[in-house]
Order: sequence, then C-alpha cells, then structure tokens
Amino acid sequence: MQRAEEARALPGVRMKIGLFIPCYIDAFYPNAGIATLELLEKLGQDVEYPMNQTCCGQPMANSGCNKDAAAAEALFVKNFAKYDAIVMPSGSCTHHVRDNFDAIDQTDEVRHVRENTFELVEFLHDVLKVEDFPWAEFPHKVGLHNSCGTLRALRTASMSELGEPFFSKPMDLLNKVRGISFATPKRPDECCGFGGTFSVTEEAVSAKMGTDKVRDHHQAGAEYIVSADTSCMMHQQGCAERAGVPIRFIHIAEILNGARE
Amino acid sequence: MKVKPVNHAKAAEEFIEDTAHMDFHDERLWDLRQKRDEQMHILPEWQELRARASAIKEHTLANLPEYLEQFEANAKKNGIHVHWAADGAEHNRIVGEILEKHGARSLIKSKSMVTEECCMREYLEPRGVVVTETDLGERIQQLDNQMPSHIVVPAVHKLIPDVAKIFAEHYHTDPNDKSAQSLAWQQRLAARPVILSADAGMTGGNFVVAETGSFVVCTNEGNADLSATVPGLHIATIGIERLVPRMADMGVFIRMLSRSALGSPITQYTTHFRGPQKGSEMHVVLVDNGRSHRLGMEDFWTSLKCIRCGACMNTCPVYRRSGGLSYGAVYSGPIGAIIDPTFNERKYSTLPFASTMNGSCTNVCPVKINIHEQLYKWRRVLAEHHELPFVKREVMHMAGKLMGQPTLYRAAINSTEVALSTMPRFVLYNWLNPWGKHRELPHPVKQTFHSWYKQNRLKTKKKEGESA
Repeated sequence: MQRAEEARALPGVRMKIGLFIPCYIDAFYPNAGIATLELLEKLGQDVEYPMNQTCCGQPMANSGCNKDAAAAEALFVKNFAKYDAIVMPSGSCTHHVRDNFDAIDQTDEVRHVRENTFELVEFLHDVLKVEDFPWAEFPHKVGLHNSCGTLRALRTASMSELGEPFFSKPMDLLNKVRGISFATPKRPDECCGFGGTFSVTEEAVSAKMGTDKVRDHHQAGAEYIVSADTSCMMHQQGCAERAGVPIRFIHIAEILNGARE
Repeated sequence: MKVKPVNHAKAAEEFIEDTAHMDFHDERLWDLRQKRDEQMHILPEWQELRARASAIKEHTLANLPEYLEQFEANAKKNGIHVHWAADGAEHNRIVGEILEKHGARSLIKSKSMVTEECCMREYLEPRGVVVTETDLGERIQQLDNQMPSHIVVPAVHKLIPDVAKIFAEHYHTDPNDKSAQSLAWQQRLAARPVILSADAGMTGGNFVVAETGSFVVCTNEGNADLSATVPGLHIATIGIERLVPRMADMGVFIRMLSRSALGSPITQYTTHFRGPQKGSEMHVVLVDNGRSHRLGMEDFWTSLKCIRCGACMNTCPVYRRSGGLSYGAVYSGPIGAIIDPTFNERKYSTLPFASTMNGSCTNVCPVKINIHEQLYKWRRVLAEHHELPFVKREVMHMAGKLMGQPTLYRAAINSTEVALSTMPRFVLYNWLNPWGKHRELPHPVKQTFHSWYKQNRLKTKKKEGESA
C-alpha cells in the first residue's frame, strides 16, 4: 500500500498504455512481465494487457519470411492501435515494430503503432523521465547486458564501435537503485549469440558465444546478469547452467520494480 | 546439377571443437578490433572520415563509367597497358596471354582477392606457369592448398605448429619449430631466390586514381613492391570498384585502411604505381566479374564501397568463432555474406543466416556499408527466391499462421507450459535438439503471464466494476 502511494506522488504524465509481453516472457519468464506491469502501474500509468496478443512478427521477418509475418503484424495493430503508447520489456521486438514492421500496408493506424512503440527502458528514461525508484534496492554486483537491438538499433547505450561519449539509459535507471554495483566485463557489448532462429540453426556458434558471454561476466565478479532483453538471458541462462557458471539472471524491470533476492 | 548450399553451421561446429585454434583465433582478431578502437580514439575526426570515405565511394560508383574511362586514358598516357575483363575467365585468358607473349614461366604475386575470385592459379598452373604467393600468410595457404580464411590475415586460423608442419613438408625445415621468427626466416630463404629469378610479377591494387591514371598498393611485408619491380613485367589485377576520382582522396582512405584493418596508423608500404620503369612493362587488368551486376542491385550496390580492410570480420563474433574457411567462399565474414550470394545465390544462401545481425560490422566499417541491414535484406530475397531450407520455410509459414490466430496460439502456449513441466527430459531435448546440445532449456513455470493477468487484473477489475 505504502509503495503504491509513493508511486502516485511521482510527477509525470498519465498515459493509456498497451502492454505487449513477448511470447517467451509469457511462457517462460512471466515475472519479467509482471514486474513491467507493476512498475508502470506504480509510476501512475493506466496499463492494459490486450488478451488477444500473440507476437510482433519478428521471428518470421528475421528469417526472411516476411510475408508470413503479415498476420501477426495485422493482429498486433488491431490489439494496440487504441493506445497512446505501446510498451514492451523487449528491445528486439521494439526494433522490429519500429524499424522493420512492413509486411502489411502502412496505414495511419500502423504508423501510429510503429511510432508509439517503446522498449521499457527508453520509455522510463525518455518518456516518463523517471527520477527515482524509491521502492527499489538491490545490494548486488550486476553485469549489464545490452542486447544488440537496444544497443545498436534503439541506441539506448553508447557502443564501443563508434568511439562516442559514454551513455547508458539502462545504467542511468539502475543507478537510481539503492545498493547496486556494476561489474565490468572485458567485452561489454559483444553479442551473446542468441540471434533468434540463429540459436538453433547455428547452435554451436550460438552456444559458444553465450558461454563466453556468461564467463566474461562471471570473471568480472557479477552475481547477476541484468538485461532489458529476456531472449538474450534465456539463451545465456541455458549456457551458464550447462557450463556450470554460477551466475543468476534478472530482467531490469524486476530490479526497478523492487525485486529482492 | 543443383549446387549444394555451403554448410556453415557444420564447419563452424568443427572449428569450435578445436578449442586451442578457436580460442587463439577469437583472441587474435578481437585484439585487432581493440587496436582499431585505439586508433579511432586518437583521431577525433574518425566519424567525419567515415562519412567522407563513404561519400567519395558512393559518388565514384554512381559515376563509374566516366571515371573508368578517365583512368584508362590517363594510365595509357603514363605508358600502362589497360585491359578489360568481363569475368574471371576473361581475366585469366588476358593474364595467360601476357605471360605467354613474354615467355614467362614463373609468376610471383602479392595478395589479391580478385585473383582468388577468378581462380587464376588453377588456370595458370596447368599451362606451365609456376605461381608463387609472396605474402607470408597467403603463401602458407597456398602450400596448404586452402583458400585465404581472412582477406587481410589469410592464415590467421593457423597456429605456429601448423605452419611448422607445412614448411617442413615443403621446405624440409624442422617440423617442431616453435619460433615464429625462425619460420618467417625460413619463408624468406625459400622466397628470395624465387623472387629474384621470376619472369613476371603480379599485384592487386587497393586504390585506382582516375585523375592520375595511377594505382596504389598497400602491404606490410613489401612483397608487392618486390613482385612489381624485380621481374620487369608487372601485371596488376584490380576490381573496377577500386576507383577514386582524385589523388587527394587518398588522404582519406590511406588514413582509414590500416587503422581499420590492423589498428596500425598506416601500412608499412604504400606504393603509388604510375607507370613502368625503364625497360619494363606494366599492365592493369580491370575486372568486372559480377560487379556491374551488383551495382544495379538497389539494396546491395553499396557493398561495392568495400576497401577490403577486414574490420567487419575482426569484430564479428560469429566469424571469430567459426573461422573464415567455414564460409566456403573467397570472401568470408560479414562482407562475404552479403557479396557471395551475388556470385551464386543457392551456394551461398546459408551465409546471410550465419549472423545474429548484431550490427557491430556496420559500425566499424570505414566506408559505412550497412552490412547487417543488407544481411536482413538478403534473407528476404533468398526466401522469395525459395532458397531457404524446406523445414525452416514450413516452420515459419506455420508459425506465421499461428501468430495470426490468438485462440490457437494460446492453446499452443499452454501446451508448451504443460510440456515443460510434465514431459520427460529426453523427449524435450530430442524435440529441441539443437537448443539443448550445449544449453539447458528454460525452466517450467507455474503460470504464464497471460493467465496471471487474467487472475490478478481482469478478475479484480471485474470485481471493482461489480462493487461500483
């Protein structure tokens, strides 16, 4: 009760938000979805989860089968056209909707959906401009994993390739969490090798990349890998468990929502 | 007969199983990427240089016929013989004829990807010409009868013992030699007499300057300079996309090439060839071999901007862990994956899928080729041209249908939930075999988000509505 009151005291706009929960979060990591919903509610937003949602179309489109993405994209628009903003705890899905969502006719409705779709971190950072997460405390050393979608497509953090000044929206948010500290891996922005269907069609390379990634975070002293993308973490967790690398995984929404151990 | 697509995944798996080689390969190339970063940080104008380099290349490609003619006219004035080769076969025939005219039986050459494209050695050797590669890495690959695995460091997938073994076989040196210096010295001893007695020399060309009718060759070993100047007959084989309009443009490209490739400020040797030495002959063979076709491809023509620095390969996490030979093509890595399908769509149909599309390649590319976006576009083209494996096509088609039907989709998700918690492990691992080979499956959960929401939000809202 007290937490909810704190949240309502925060300044900011109240928007009608459509919440999109990607298939793998729905089926395997519901806690990341629940945390996203609760967090947006705490921040005073009017959030709805349309029950008829399925997928954004990305798996088909990324495989080259763009025509097969049309039905999913059409349904996505049908589900989400009525909202001010569509928010999802996934960088790669946001990237698809924003940058590649072209299997269907680009009507005004479709354009509205594409222009108003946000990945959770950028929504909190850029739209709501959240200053504080008073309920959040996470006294652990974490390694931040930025998915390639957030890093090089949505640009929520600086990338080493460009030599640009450092910035990191997810780190800005996490820095508002009490007690948190960061591990610095050797290759902070190397891809972890998930890559959608790549994880199955190029299984050996994918798993090697994932195993290297979790080892890098572990040697840097990370207790947890935190990310805005569950798909990367699903893959990394599988690699860590198989290789016996003792490291845990948590979605950034869960930490910002006040998850405790 | 239908060509079989390259099995990159299988070759990569074999590469990864050899831990010593793979780890070295990954670390060595990552180190080049780090060195490239250091050089980038030294130059505050790096992004400006990239933009300039890209603009020069795009301008040149958009006006290619004019610049090619300008080069030809100026080169002829300089005393260079200029030849035009529409494809690899014509290139090989032209080179063969030049050599025959001079009675040349031995050809020394520096590294040239175009001659690899044209399979020139395979053409010349049965005709009695002994071809000797003078670049160390390329020579190792030649002796081992392998393609270069990287466009800048051709034998980077090999370790010292591999080289010692190859040299022992061909040069009768110590098979257990563990010293890189000593092996390099052995190569020097073996190569010098061949170089000094060669009848003809061949180089590639990194840049061709239209306004001066000259071309520029960059190496670190000086072997191109020996190949070009010692025999008195110099043939340079160059792709038509290597053109730049002005000498001043070199100020942009020379600053970027070696910084991007190896993280060194400049190559040890940067030689401008403007015409034959007294008593010598100089030939330039300008090779098309599919380039003008590529220039007409709306989504892919900018791949012709490539200056062959290899930065995309060094940064590519997939390339570093699969090795260049796994691509089964002259050009490997990210740039190879977008160029190779223009040579043979079916054979190289798997390469655009040998990528996570992470985008690192695009952002290190000194001429700003949108490599990962072209990979994405290639996937679409290949799917439209029915070059996807049947199973993948069917899976995607079914998935696409399923994703359009919420009720059916919900039933499928719910059965996954049940499956993960109740089915025996071996059945699951069999079903998701590739995933489970080196990874655990996600853990089963009690409830999907969907059913949690129904229970915790919809019902509550309904109650609130009733009480109001």
